[in-house]
Amino acid sequence: MFGYILRRLVAAVLVVVVISMIVFALFFLGPSNPAAVICNANGRCTPERQATLEHALGLDQSVIPQYGEFVKGVFVGRTISVGPGADYDCSAPCLGISFRSKLEITELLKDKYPATVSLAVVGGSLYLLIGSTLGILAAKYRGSATDRILVSSSLVFSSIPYYLVALLAWLFLYNEYRLFPETGYFAVTDNPVKWASGLLLPWLVLGFAQSPQYARFGRGSMVETLSEDFIRTASAKGLPRNKVLFKHGLRAAIVPIVTIFGLDMAFLLAGTVFTEEIFDIDGIGAWGLDGIRLLDFPVIAATVLVGAIFVVVANLIVDIAYSFLDPRVRLA
Amino acid sequence: MTEVLEGTQQGPQARSSSDTEPFLVVEDLTVQFPTHDGLVQAVSDLSYSVGLGETLGIVGESGSGKSVSSMAVLGLHDEKRTRMAGSIRIGGKEVVGAGDHTMRKIRGNDAAMIFQDPLTALHPFYTIGAQIVEAYRLHNEGNKRTAKRRAVEMLDLVGIPQPDRRVDDFPHQFSGGMRQRAMIAMAMVNNPKLLIADEPTTALDVTVQAQILDLIQKMQKEFGSAVVMITHDLGVIAEIADEVLVMYGGRAVEKGSCKQILTHPEMPYTWGLLGSIADVTGDTSKPLVPIPGTPPSLLNPPTGCAFHPRCVHKDKVPDGRCNSELPELRPGIYANHLTRCHLPDPDAIYESEVKEVVM
Amino acid sequence: MSAPHDAVADSRAEDAAAPELSGVPLLEVKDLVKYFPVKSSGVLRRTIGQVQAVDGVSFTVDKGSSLGLVGESGCGKTTTGRVITRLYDPTSGTIMFEGNEIGQLNRKQMMPYRRQIQLIFQDPYSSLNPRHTVGTIVGTPMQVHQTVPKNKMLTRVQELLETVGLNPEHYNRYPSEFSGGQRQRIGIARALALNPKLIVADEPVSALDVSIQAQVVNLLQDLQKQFDIAFLFIAHDLAIVRHFCPRIAVMYLGKIVEVGDRDSIYLTPHHPYTQALLSSAPDVRQAAIGGRRERIRLEGDVPSPVNPPSGCRFRTRCWKAQEICAQEEPPLLQIGGREVACHFAEAMQVVAATEGDIAAQVEDDDRAPKLEVG
Repeated sequence: MFGYILRRLVAAVLVVVVISMIVFALFFLGPSNPAAVICNANGRCTPERQATLEHALGLDQSVIPQYGEFVKGVFVGRTISVGPGADYDCSAPCLGISFRSKLEITELLKDKYPATVSLAVVGGSLYLLIGSTLGILAAKYRGSATDRILVSSSLVFSSIPYYLVALLAWLFLYNEYRLFPETGYFAVTDNPVKWASGLLLPWLVLGFAQSPQYARFGRGSMVETLSEDFIRTASAKGLPRNKVLFKHGLRAAIVPIVTIFGLDMAFLLAGTVFTEEIFDIDGIGAWGLDGIRLLDFPVIAATVLVGAIFVVVANLIVDIAYSFLDPRVRLA
Repeated sequence: MTEVLEGTQQGPQARSSSDTEPFLVVEDLTVQFPTHDGLVQAVSDLSYSVGLGETLGIVGESGSGKSVSSMAVLGLHDEKRTRMAGSIRIGGKEVVGAGDHTMRKIRGNDAAMIFQDPLTALHPFYTIGAQIVEAYRLHNEGNKRTAKRRAVEMLDLVGIPQPDRRVDDFPHQFSGGMRQRAMIAMAMVNNPKLLIADEPTTALDVTVQAQILDLIQKMQKEFGSAVVMITHDLGVIAEIADEVLVMYGGRAVEKGSCKQILTHPEMPYTWGLLGSIADVTGDTSKPLVPIPGTPPSLLNPPTGCAFHPRCVHKDKVPDGRCNSELPELRPGIYANHLTRCHLPDPDAIYESEVKEVVM
Repeated sequence: MSAPHDAVADSRAEDAAAPELSGVPLLEVKDLVKYFPVKSSGVLRRTIGQVQAVDGVSFTVDKGSSLGLVGESGCGKTTTGRVITRLYDPTSGTIMFEGNEIGQLNRKQMMPYRRQIQLIFQDPYSSLNPRHTVGTIVGTPMQVHQTVPKNKMLTRVQELLETVGLNPEHYNRYPSEFSGGQRQRIGIARALALNPKLIVADEPVSALDVSIQAQVVNLLQDLQKQFDIAFLFIAHDLAIVRHFCPRIAVMYLGKIVEVGDRDSIYLTPHHPYTQALLSSAPDVRQAAIGGRRERIRLEGDVPSPVNPPSGCRFRTRCWKAQEICAQEEPPLLQIGGREVACHFAEAMQVVAATEGDIAAQVEDDDRAPKLEVG
């Protein structure tokens, strides 16, 4: 087990490094010029000013030294210059500074992640719970009217694009009729109640809108499990029907659901863009979106890297969890 | 059809006297599955009984209804998708139409079942010990410790070495033979008076099969249970069955003592079965004599005798009744040997034509 | 059925024209070894052991004859079949087909031999591609080896279907529309497509109902006589193997423990494992007539092929085991008409040949002690 984790961690680190290189390459070899962006942001741009900026940013160097600078910054920190006299100290781990705000990316990241985490963890757990419960119910009563209603309504729900559901919810449940309190992220340490109330509507929207896929998947997994021989054995022993369903059926059916959820959670943690934008939550997703709109490359790079790390770590956790859930799996 | 008593064992005629009737009595059992394509007549008018200490072998191929009828004994079919009629009495308690509450008390307690593939029949995520403990605690008082001790006892009884260690192992950590022993341990943990074994050795090697059959017989002696052994393997029947029931197309087509059925079979299907199996002592210059054709559809069973499309002795029946009239299950020469066939003198045909092929 | 013969007769004529290699068996296997590596779970995936699936197996199959390979799960018989058809590559040893070494040939060199050696699989439900029609399944081998021109393909496929007892009009159907026995026939038709000289039949009837088993076994026997095909018949069912094969090899944990002709093996087995196997196989006729034969019950399980016992592999379950069995591996020696690998090989009649024998045995049984293995 230990050897397995070690090997996977090494692989994970390699993956992250490769991604950072790719991200780096995309931006600095891409069509847009960061210097032009900053130049335009700071007022009217002239070719000379742009050239000066380029030199200051080190863009006139080739890619590899630039990447080298970046890596150095991550480990020991560096000074980033955006023009003569405009030097910014960026302490380790340095992921650069925002072109717009000139603030350190790392600091901004620390400010914004609690919002995303709060949203992702509770919202995700909610849709796992709602979805799986509906799925189990549908499986238990498969073939009946209940089953058919659940399945068809989940189909209807999942056909509506998520952003539309979120937007309509915000529009009617909050903006028009004020059925829910003001949405947004309020630090949980300051005021837990405000924290919960601010995120309540987004949690519910996330929970219900994403549950259909878990309902369908849960139903499928449960139906398949219920047709297994060991379910028949459990009944043959004299177990009451609900015990058969939960202790034997669910225990086996939940495994693929949980593993998929692990990966889903990674994507959630990487930034729930629509939810944050629509409900005005100051999280990583919204931040990343802003970064794209404003061509703030360090921000974009940071959000992509954060996403990548979460996905890679989630994969590892899911694989390890799987070996605990299913004793037949021995991690090789 | 017998009247179904809903979930109780008391009634005007107390049927709980197991000294007057055998422990398991199946009477005119019919099991049908309504499907999109029609009504599948899996079992029709099946009757048999097994007493304590006796072993009944039910032999048939796929689609004969042998497994369906046995699952019906423990009420394991989905009520919503099954139509059952007739009577099944376990120790006097009526099973057909009995509620889940009654059935739960019987299952794993008065009657237990073991299945063909122990790898899929045991829950992969719980230890063998946990599964046996669960079976025990469902029907017995006591704490986890006593239950676990009982589990270790049972594992020892079925011949698993180091039972105190293996009790915490998962099913996949056992070999095929050991797994089947563990399943038998789980089935017998509550001393059931009836054990139904559904093809318990089909998935096992021949030396392991012999061990398991020995074990089942040992359990039977130990607990005095009635055993129903379902199989397609006549060899297994020959080894352990006292009485034999041959099933075809959902019906019983021949019933009698094991020796009778194997030495004086009176039904063309049984002749066909015996003729088509190779044997370690038979004459290898003679080709096997397969039964022509394929097993019948249970959706649209043949009219008259279900076997007639494949029967080579059909022409020996006057008036061609085989196509139109379903023969009844009637005694032949011996009162205890029943066959479902129109042939007027099966013994003569057997002696003259069939015996040389079969023996 | 004169038309189907033409194609076959042609290829047979070709073979007849080739120089007669008299005395050379069709298939000769010498010291065949197949190990599968077991990798460690540490940081570096080193090989920490080998699954010794087949460990030094030698036998021959003569033209038009059959050799039965019997044994229980884990004995290596299926692996042997796969190695001979080069689905796996041998770890060491030689495989000679008509005097030519084929164990080390690369894919291209193997092609002409693949025409001669075909395989029938055990499970008729998973060995046919459900998305291919029967015609495609049976025709693909001919397509790959380009033995039949495109315009003659359909006729040939229909011939083959008819030969195995299927309706030739059904070439456009999918496997799911056929029963188990019929699917196995499709597999057989596929194996016949290239007129092989040797068919490796890996448990060809185990997954079928009893009455269908007899049909398929008879079919295989007919095809053998008609097309002079040799069979390597791999099975665990002793009765079927005996019926089909005049010569039988018994395998245990990767080794051959006894090889001989039918009567030698079944009437006077010399190896304790063979005796135990025969004793365990349920015998309908004997039970019907009455009386019992020797009941030998082996204890415990087959040892792991990763860590087989030293010396004789059967010694952990053998009632005759002595010191020497742990120290020295018994070689396969000729005793009478058979070869046995046992330090204490001794004839024991486990199954009866005639009614007379059985009757005599019933008498003996009452007197002799039962041989229980502890």
